Amino acid sequence: MDWISPGKLKKLGILNMNRRNVGYIGRYNERSSFPLVDNKLKTKLAVSEYGVKTPKLLQIVRQQHEISHFRELSADLDGFAIKPAKGSGGKGITVIVGRDEDNFVKASGVRISVAMLERHLTNILAGLYSLAGTPDVAIIESLVQSSPALAKFSFQGVPDIRIIIFQGYPVMAMLRLATKASDGKANLHQGAVGVGLNLSTGRSLNAVQFNRPITLHPDTGLPLENIKIDGWEDMLEMASRCYEATGLGYMGVDLVVDANEGPLLLELNARPGLAIQMANGEGLLPRLTNIEALKRPHFSPRERVHYAMEAFGKH
Amino acid sequence: MIVRSRAPFYVFVFLLIAAGISIATWRHIELGVPWMTGEQRPVWMIEARVDFEGLNEAAQVSLHIPEQPPGFSILTEQAASPGYGFSVLETSASRRAEWTKREVSGPQTLYFKVQFVPEESATESALTRKPRPTPAFWEEPQATAVRELLRQATERSSSPESLTRELIQLLQPDSRTQNTTLLVSDDNYLQLLVHMLNHTGIPARTADGLKLEDARRRQQLMPFLQIHNGERWLTFDPRTAEQGVPENLLLWRQGAESLLDVIGGGNSQVSFSMLRQTVPALQLATLEANQKGLGVLGFYQLPIEEQSMFRMLLLLPLGALIVAFMRIVIGIRTSGTFMPVLIAVAFVQTTLVPGLIAFLSVVAIGLVLRGYLSSLNLLLVSRISALIILVIFITAGLSIIGYQMGFNTGMTVTFFPMVIIAWTIERMSILWEEEGAREVLAQGSGSLFVAICAYLVMSTSLASHLTFNFPELHLVVLGVILLMGQYTGYKLSELRRFTPMKVYD
Repeated sequence: MDWISPGKLKKLGILNMNRRNVGYIGRYNERSSFPLVDNKLKTKLAVSEYGVKTPKLLQIVRQQHEISHFRELSADLDGFAIKPAKGSGGKGITVIVGRDEDNFVKASGVRISVAMLERHLTNILAGLYSLAGTPDVAIIESLVQSSPALAKFSFQGVPDIRIIIFQGYPVMAMLRLATKASDGKANLHQGAVGVGLNLSTGRSLNAVQFNRPITLHPDTGLPLENIKIDGWEDMLEMASRCYEATGLGYMGVDLVVDANEGPLLLELNARPGLAIQMANGEGLLPRLTNIEALKRPHFSPRERVHYAMEAFGKH
Repeated sequence: MIVRSRAPFYVFVFLLIAAGISIATWRHIELGVPWMTGEQRPVWMIEARVDFEGLNEAAQVSLHIPEQPPGFSILTEQAASPGYGFSVLETSASRRAEWTKREVSGPQTLYFKVQFVPEESATESALTRKPRPTPAFWEEPQATAVRELLRQATERSSSPESLTRELIQLLQPDSRTQNTTLLVSDDNYLQLLVHMLNHTGIPARTADGLKLEDARRRQQLMPFLQIHNGERWLTFDPRTAEQGVPENLLLWRQGAESLLDVIGGGNSQVSFSMLRQTVPALQLATLEANQKGLGVLGFYQLPIEEQSMFRMLLLLPLGALIVAFMRIVIGIRTSGTFMPVLIAVAFVQTTLVPGLIAFLSVVAIGLVLRGYLSSLNLLLVSRISALIILVIFITAGLSIIGYQMGFNTGMTVTFFPMVIIAWTIERMSILWEEEGAREVLAQGSGSLFVAICAYLVMSTSLASHLTFNFPELHLVVLGVILLMGQYTGYKLSELRRFTPMKVYD
């Protein structure tokens, strides 16, 4: 067994679970704002007023009987994603990338029938994936066409960018790449690769999978050292605007880069995970206290992004 | 940034914990509820035996019984006397046990049993108003002798206590003078002393004491002298002039009342036998609390059935404390926050190993059946409902099979909360589909580990003793849980999780 001493963790400024819950989520996130981010449908509406684009909404399934319409709609669709509106941690998201006669092809290449998708919708409506087990609605969104520059790094699935926004300031970012182990999903605890990003340049820093440092993508075999995100500043600004839209002081913003539409907001997370620190090889605490110590916060998203790029860029 | 002061919170938590501990300490000292289980306390069982000859007429026997002997308190009283009417008469001056019967003939024996608890705190006798000394008269030449003796004693003393001591000294055989030999004879010594003291204006009376020695029979009361110093009655040994009540002396009778009155009988006498018993301290405390009317503050007065329910219920906070500790400080993942506590409660009823086997087999069979249910494409609520019914079938089946095979432990499966098990199976199976068997194993064994820890704590006799007899200790548990809610340090599991960060140091 290998251990790290608490003193060393403190020196590195690693934010831990208890402190995140009490000192940041509990203190800066209003309880009343949680439904905004826990419900993807509400998120879409809230951020659209602030000029943040999201994937196109194709259909909403609210009632059991509406599931029959899904069959009609899906007839002319090639790729789409079914999501529970109140799902968390990527649970219950099924991504369909194509068709094989009557069957649908999942991102992982597995074929499933319409009946199985309908059962999945039923499960979503019953609240199987929702946070408190409450009844839910299913949303069907158009499939994001990942920009080829990033897509090549990911094994199936769409690479997404997680940015932690603290009081409107971007404080840390990482790129998440799906792997075979994560079943095309970009969640780190399911085995996706996390690549830390330099906040001022959008260039990759370190990469981790299952909390272990790696240098090559385990499935695609591509080196992860020299990835660069295009339009980095605009993406940070877009993420920063979500603060105005939701009022949440501490949140994770998940963005994807669509080949045609540009950056899109995938979802917001009021309880962002801690693994981003491992991908960046740096603790969150010094950056968070830096923002907390600001006497005069900046008002526009652009100013905040500039401050963060200046303060938190690695050289 | 909102910085709320934490001081009121910590003061509040401190008050909670302090209140819990101080109430428990008060209960320990005042009611004698022991901290540990199995603590024993000595109790003196004293049996007064009254013998007399019946004279073929109605008989009334009246025995003086103690009310509040210094240094002891009465635990129980009981009379054994077949065929007699019995009652305890309480007047301001004394308590008397009274036996009555219409026609009595031949030798009769009556018993009166009292259990006394030694109590250090009750040694001081209560303040009383100074009674009036009863004047005594002597004929000459005794009157002159009395005056002379009292003059000597008064000269050598300064207070009622010292006067009494001096007088006793003067009346002892080795210091006797002409005056004393004139006055003292063997059987009037104590009465003489009382009269003389009353004569000088010091109220005095006799008392009867019983020397406590284990397993003695046919003991007689020993006479003692008591004087009133203006505030309270003081006891003297009339032979040695020693002041105070010795530790092993029980004053059975104090005051002018007679010890035994028998009407309609003759040849009566009282003798005492005694036995030193030990009683569980808890039983003693319960009895005393109920007598003092303080039992309201505990669970002792509830019906036994409710008491045993509370016994179980009061263990739950301990389980919650352990879950909080395991999740906040250690960082063990469990499936369902308080599922482990409920499983632990079931373990307390089934004991560990049979409970573990039963639980694992129910969950395993349930998971297999859930696999079939999942292929039926059911709505969640009806799936869970179906699962609950299946879980009941499984437990019933296991009980019957276990019973037929001769294992009574099979029956214990019924203690498990069915709904909780059904949900556990549902969550586990979803977890299996989504995150793989590894995560199921991690969360399942985490839950079981926490459940076993909670069980080990909850099943100790000390835990159930403390939680039931000192319910206020739950304030301490509450305080600790509140404090833990403020813990922002690293979890033990995080020290392992963030190990790869070592390279960046």
